[in-house]
Amino acid sequence: MVEVIRSEDAVRIIAHMADKIEENRDYLSELDAAIGDGDHGVSMVKSFRAVREEVERLRGKDIGTILRGVAMALISAVGGAMGPLFGTAFLRASQIAAGKQEIDLTDLVNMFEAAEAGVRERGKANVGDKTMLDAIHPAVVAIKEAAAKGSSLLAAVERSVAGAEAGMKSTIPLVSKVGRSSRLGERTLGHQDPGATSCYLLLKAFYEALESGHR
Amino acid sequence: MKKFLNDPFNAVDEMVDGFVAAHSTYVRRLERVRTLVRRDAPVEGKVGLVTGGGSGHKPAFIGYIGKGMLDAVAVGEIFTSPPPNAIYEGARAVDGGRGVLFLLGNYAGDVMNFDMAAELARGEGIEAEQVIATDDAGSAPPDRVSNRRGVVGEFLAWKTCGARAEEGASMEEVKKVATKVNEWTRTIGVALSAPTVPAAGKPTFILAEDEMELGVGHHGEPGVERVKMKTADEVAEDLTARIISDLPYKTGDEVVVLINGLGATPQLELYIIFRKVVEILKAERISIYRSFIGEYFTALEMAGFSVTLMKLDGELKRLLDAPADTPCFVQF
Repeated sequence: MVEVIRSEDAVRIIAHMADKIEENRDYLSELDAAIGDGDHGVSMVKSFRAVREEVERLRGKDIGTILRGVAMALISAVGGAMGPLFGTAFLRASQIAAGKQEIDLTDLVNMFEAAEAGVRERGKANVGDKTMLDAIHPAVVAIKEAAAKGSSLLAAVERSVAGAEAGMKSTIPLVSKVGRSSRLGERTLGHQDPGATSCYLLLKAFYEALESGHR
Repeated sequence: MKKFLNDPFNAVDEMVDGFVAAHSTYVRRLERVRTLVRRDAPVEGKVGLVTGGGSGHKPAFIGYIGKGMLDAVAVGEIFTSPPPNAIYEGARAVDGGRGVLFLLGNYAGDVMNFDMAAELARGEGIEAEQVIATDDAGSAPPDRVSNRRGVVGEFLAWKTCGARAEEGASMEEVKKVATKVNEWTRTIGVALSAPTVPAAGKPTFILAEDEMELGVGHHGEPGVERVKMKTADEVAEDLTARIISDLPYKTGDEVVVLINGLGATPQLELYIIFRKVVEILKAERISIYRSFIGEYFTALEMAGFSVTLMKLDGELKRLLDAPADTPCFVQF
């Protein structure tokens, strides 16, 4: 039963997240070509290669330091809109985990909440604007609810992935209100948001790595 | 699509290597970040002008680094905003003691990255201000100007603010010019074909043989409206009418006209368009003080162009006519 995540797990988990992004590079770029300029997959891959390298250097450090390394790599690797947004999410989460060699479900819930708050402040979007927030928000709600019901850490993360998936899909019928795709107005109807998709994929990878580590 | 590339992942790095080698009398590259600065930076006693943006827009942005125009440019991936540290290091390198002014286009990524860079700069005691360009009339209605994208009107901001800064003006004075330029400039673009971002490998949208994309920006994202192909005169009439009514520009106004090729449209066509724009402005009794025809802010090989008008007063005319010496714009 996975009840804590240890700092040794963190490096492996983040590497799996980077793998997930690499595997989905073309898919993410295609989503972005429909309502953006087609490079989201490539930007995410570049960013997560920088993350992978940075995290290798931070092996053995506490989880807060590792996540801060992820944040700084995301912020400085590529830029774009995803750098500041994903970077701020990880930065805020890292502050909760500062100095900890292991985190439990309570910590994780606080980290998820802090990440969402960071994304909201940085991006100034609302739920329903067809952004990554549409995936993050239901993920956070789901993990909070699961924790409140006494769920195990693994099961709670699984619930957050389901929340993110539903949120990601909910972007399809939305008209974009924020970011490059908002210029297209009604033409964004029927297209899934790339940022929300990346969010879902990262959470899915997080869950998969946790689950396989515990098997 | 065929391109002259090596590994697409390295396209921008290799481009920068080539550019710096070609223009080493004008620019140097910072060590830790992908930012180019004026060779003689920091210029003491001058407000530093810092911009940055995605690659794929040449001559913008790096082509305009030099005396009378930009001091520092943070170089992003293609059509991608640069990260905050690249912008911040640029600001630090060109801070001549009078502060740095960030001139950026209104894009979610740029707004966030420049904001974070400004925080970093202020944290180090550097006075950092910013003006965000919103000249693209095709991207939001006239009652939501602050939602609009910044496009080639930025070239006019760099020229005039660069000149003002060169005069030894204060931050407030330079910022005033940038704000005035933004208020008085309107641009609309139209495309016949989309660019191909090297990493994506195919064009971002496909137009049929008889279609045009109206209200297109300069990143290869689809525009606002897809319409049937028209003649050059019809397109010029349509775009010019939209711009004139947008500000509005009135009889008796003096303007600058900028016809900007987006990368794959021959100058031959740009001049045909301009001929019609001249006719229309004459009929409106709006006089043309100067015109710029050519490629100032491209989107790789997007076929298309934009029309820009900027209203002028005495100050802007003086600043427009001031000398400049940069890799892609030289004026005596």
